[in-house]
Amino acid sequence: MFLTAEHISFQYGAPPGRSRVRTGEGRAFALDDVSFTVERGSLTGLLGPNGCGKTTLLKLIAGVLRPHQGTVALEGRSVADIPRRQLAQRVAVVPQETHPAFDYTVLEMVLMGRHPHLGLLQLEGPDDLRIGGEALAATGTTHLAARPYMTLSGGEKQRVVIAGALTQQPGVLLLDEPTASLDLAFQLEIAALLSRLNRDRGVTMVLATHDLNLAAALCDALVLIRDGRVLARGATRDVLTSDMVRRLYGVEADVRFHEPSGHVTVVPVRRAP
Amino acid sequence: MTVSQPAAAAIGGGIRPIRARLTATLLVFGGVAAGACLVAPLVGSTSISLSRAFDRSVPFADNVDAQIFFLARLPRVLAGALAGAALASVGVVLQALLRNPLASPYTLGVSAGSALGAMLAISFGASVAFGPLSPVPLASLAGACAAAALVYALATKPGRPMSTSVLLLAGVTLNSFFSALILFVQYMADFTETYRTIRWLMGDLDVGGVTPLLGVLPLIAAGWAMLAPLPSSLNLLSVGTDAAATRGVDVARTQRMAFIGAALTTAGAVALAGPIGFVGIVVPHLVRLMIGVDHRVVLPASALLGAAFLVGCDLISRTILAPVEVPVGIVTAMLGGPFFLWLLVRKA
Repeated sequence: MFLTAEHISFQYGAPPGRSRVRTGEGRAFALDDVSFTVERGSLTGLLGPNGCGKTTLLKLIAGVLRPHQGTVALEGRSVADIPRRQLAQRVAVVPQETHPAFDYTVLEMVLMGRHPHLGLLQLEGPDDLRIGGEALAATGTTHLAARPYMTLSGGEKQRVVIAGALTQQPGVLLLDEPTASLDLAFQLEIAALLSRLNRDRGVTMVLATHDLNLAAALCDALVLIRDGRVLARGATRDVLTSDMVRRLYGVEADVRFHEPSGHVTVVPVRRAP
Repeated sequence: MTVSQPAAAAIGGGIRPIRARLTATLLVFGGVAAGACLVAPLVGSTSISLSRAFDRSVPFADNVDAQIFFLARLPRVLAGALAGAALASVGVVLQALLRNPLASPYTLGVSAGSALGAMLAISFGASVAFGPLSPVPLASLAGACAAAALVYALATKPGRPMSTSVLLLAGVTLNSFFSALILFVQYMADFTETYRTIRWLMGDLDVGGVTPLLGVLPLIAAGWAMLAPLPSSLNLLSVGTDAAATRGVDVARTQRMAFIGAALTTAGAVALAGPIGFVGIVVPHLVRLMIGVDHRVVLPASALLGAAFLVGCDLISRTILAPVEVPVGIVTAMLGGPFFLWLLVRKA
């Protein structure tokens, strides 16, 4: 097993080390007994409605948050036991939005990805610049290198943040709603980019999204989450059915294979009674 | 005090490798700081010559130029350089830590804490001295450390990252609270003590010898030693705490180092020269406008430009209305403010 989550529970505001996590009214949101596995080189989607715990789950996998119960393990080793720098050499995160407090250039933003590979007070050398340059090329952002990050469009920013994550040279890339707030053309472009990186570089990806069609187009496997619990998990073609969409979102949907796109498509019809 | 346009262009850009940028930055800003420290002691009510001051053929006891240079003016210039470098570097660190461009060395409540300490020492005629530190600097140091410790305790919980918003609000609130205490004690105190306190608050670099410098140097050096390894982590912290954590930064540890280092450095600077304002805000922004925002170049450049800036301001403070001296804290704000606004408007 490459990446596993075993019976993890988490509650915001709860003190660490608490034995029992309760859910219910008046409680901050919790993930409750979530388990799943991610195969090496796969592209796994975390699907679910807004506020179901997708982002929390990504933060738990990235080691930014610690589960109150259960473990997240990378190749059998709990991420809580992996020193932060070592973990950052293997796992990179693309957050939903990035708002730097200062006006960094695109190249500066991307080269920050080298941080876990550099020693104390060590500056980037020619190798680091080459890796950064390759990440810019892979995301089609080389021409933006000298631009201030703040002046970019939403799609350009997202590609630059992905380039920064690639500069970490991670084996695992965690992406939080990578196409939210992007228009159709950019959505397709990011999807193609992720698919290419997964195929060519063998980067294992975990992708949190509420976009069912994006998940259908990209992901080999899905984990469906509702109210902090796993509703279903498995191969995309097995899990993504109209029955599951109804149970996940409370929406009647037409789910069928779509010849021109080569994947399952989901067309929402009405709210389920 | 400023760097010429071609020099600034050579350092800036953001596309040049960091090594080249850092080298150019250290050369240019180091040159400016060294120049300021060398020229400033030559200027004053009595004009002296650099060649005569360094003339070894005349015995020191007979060399008036050397005496004025080394005994009267150099300690004052070095105090300005040390305090300026300390305040500007702390400004850089806190602006990144708090993700707030308006943060200054005094955001931590340190200035009001130190002022309260100094004022109590003045009002109650304290006579406790410690090594090279005389009573008032010692009391201001204690006040600064107490204020910083209080803010730190309020903003941290064990095992969690520091709450930077609590830090900011606690610092600002504590500043107001201490200021009220200061006003209260001043209201009760007699006129001479009140005047001495107010004069102390305006900042003064006339340290009268190297002893006070040696007294605060260990403190500032310790603070800098804690801040020096941080710039790369500060880059990531200013992007976001989660972004920093997922790139291998130990966020809680970095925040702790930044806070304690900043508090020590500020306390040392304030004990030496009083709570001189504006250096910690204007110098880092000036540097960012000139050479970009990467903290690995901004931190050393700000320290060096802060040294040159305060030495320059002190030069003006003791010459512009000579023989009357204008308190240096007034000069920094009256000179730095309009200049900074001009730069801001021109850039925008």
